[in-house]
Amino acid sequence: MLEKYLILSAILFSIGTLGVLIRRNAIVIFMCVEMMLNAVNLTFIALSKHLGNIDGQVFVFFVMTVAAAEAAVGLALMIAFFKNRESIDVEDINVMKL
Amino acid sequence: METLVMPAINFAAIMPETILSIVAMVLLLLNVFVPGEQKAYLAYLSLIGIVVAFFSVVSGWNAPLPMQEGFNGSVLQDNFSLFFKAIFLISAGLAVLISDHYMVKEECNYGELYPLILFATAGMMLMASGTDLMTIFLGLEVLSVSLYVLAGYNRSNIKSNEAGLKYFLLGAFSTGFLLYGMALTYGATGTTKIAKIASAAALDATLSSNPMFVVGMLLMAVGFSFKIAAAPFHMWTPDVYEGAPTPMTAFMSAGPKAAGFAAFIRVLMVAMPTLKADWSDLLWILAVLTMTVGNIIALSQNNIKRMLAYSSIAHAGYALVGFTAGNGEGTAGILFYMLSYAFMNIGAFAIIILVGKKGEPNNNVEDYAGFGVKHPVLAMIMALFLFSLAGMPPTAGFVGKFYLFSAALKSGYVWLVVIGVLNSAASCYYYLRVMVYMYMKDPVEEFDWMKLSPAIWASIAISAVGVIVPGIVPSIILQLAQKAILL
Repeated sequence: MLEKYLILSAILFSIGTLGVLIRRNAIVIFMCVEMMLNAVNLTFIALSKHLGNIDGQVFVFFVMTVAAAEAAVGLALMIAFFKNRESIDVEDINVMKL
Repeated sequence: METLVMPAINFAAIMPETILSIVAMVLLLLNVFVPGEQKAYLAYLSLIGIVVAFFSVVSGWNAPLPMQEGFNGSVLQDNFSLFFKAIFLISAGLAVLISDHYMVKEECNYGELYPLILFATAGMMLMASGTDLMTIFLGLEVLSVSLYVLAGYNRSNIKSNEAGLKYFLLGAFSTGFLLYGMALTYGATGTTKIAKIASAAALDATLSSNPMFVVGMLLMAVGFSFKIAAAPFHMWTPDVYEGAPTPMTAFMSAGPKAAGFAAFIRVLMVAMPTLKADWSDLLWILAVLTMTVGNIIALSQNNIKRMLAYSSIAHAGYALVGFTAGNGEGTAGILFYMLSYAFMNIGAFAIIILVGKKGEPNNNVEDYAGFGVKHPVLAMIMALFLFSLAGMPPTAGFVGKFYLFSAALKSGYVWLVVIGVLNSAASCYYYLRVMVYMYMKDPVEEFDWMKLSPAIWASIAISAVGVIVPGIVPSIILQLAQKAILL
């Protein structure tokens, strides 16, 4: 049973990673990052159940808290960027170049 | 009925973190009542907090083991973490000293800056003393979330917006990898405690070939490499360093890089010594790539902040050379190098802040033409920092590189050291180029807008002392560093 959960979370993690790499909208990218974090949460919970040990579940609570804090800061940064550029497309994050 | 056993909570083990967090929260409250032109008082208060925390770090040195451990083995304030905590506090203190001048000049003196620096420092400290993957993760996130804000702090400036947003998106992305690595390590060993991971791996020989454990190690290495800006995970560094407010660039290049190394070293050396054959190969490749990429791209940079960003990538590579060695000398070398790097880099950035004027950051190398004629003392100190970054004697940069490379030689990594020395020689070009402009070109500007506040002078003086003294008498710092290694 554990394998199925691990495979599911690996698939979710990969979808999230792919999304970060190919999507262009900063908010969608951030949603993909959240999906990666939740895939990890699923891994933690499945492993916690399998190992009969509570550590993984405790970790999940911390991850959720951190994700919420990150969302607050990230959306604020996006608003600040939008005010100056009227866009949140990552193609427009281009003032500085090599 | 079973009685509930309270885990051992030992506040002495997180004393510096507690002090900084309390001061930061008080400052956040005070900030509401302090009018705009008096925000400098917040800087003074945060400096007091940093000094008090520094004393608590000093008093914890060589404490007996029961005093070091806290929170059921989640934190361990050993000499290793105390040395790193001292580095973080020094870089935070110097960053606070150079901030007020810049923030007033750029008209973004909102005051939240100082609490954020303190929170970031508390997060770095948790990373350094965390002995549980959970604590390390939390410390890393407290640090990162504060840094995202600090990078995008100048909210009316498009470059700062971009720096913040870019750092946030890539930082959150790398957190995902780090976390997945932690989850897999937990799955393979059944625990998140560093010491227990090590004992599980020592008991079960099959674990070192368990793909879950190995992939967990690799993914965590990716996450930490991002934090220390090691190639090929360095893509964010130049843009973030260029766009962020200059004092925050100085802070980011010194403190968080050291914090990344602290957690990286503890996880690999303490939790996964059984995988040493795997991770030393990995670190070898990372070190070579990081040094070479950093130095080669830095050669073609005209913007001095960007040049120092690539140089900071290269410096992470030198520290990785010591890490690859995997011995006590290498760790002591990293401790020494991170301390001297904090001094020389923040000192150089302090002078960059002085040369810039509002709206015209004067960040190009040409803007330094004739600086040596107009401001001989400042130019001489800038030259000192650049010599130290290039690794020339008798500066701390030379001694640090010497220890890192000799540790790697001792472990038999001859080719790695050869590549490192060649890189170091190449790096002289771009550091000396600034000096050529300072001393051998005719002045274009009068540099009459430069106002030297006492705080900036203090930070430059402290940095200069911190570069020269360990360069001439390295044994003082090195003996402390040798007592702080993890073996």
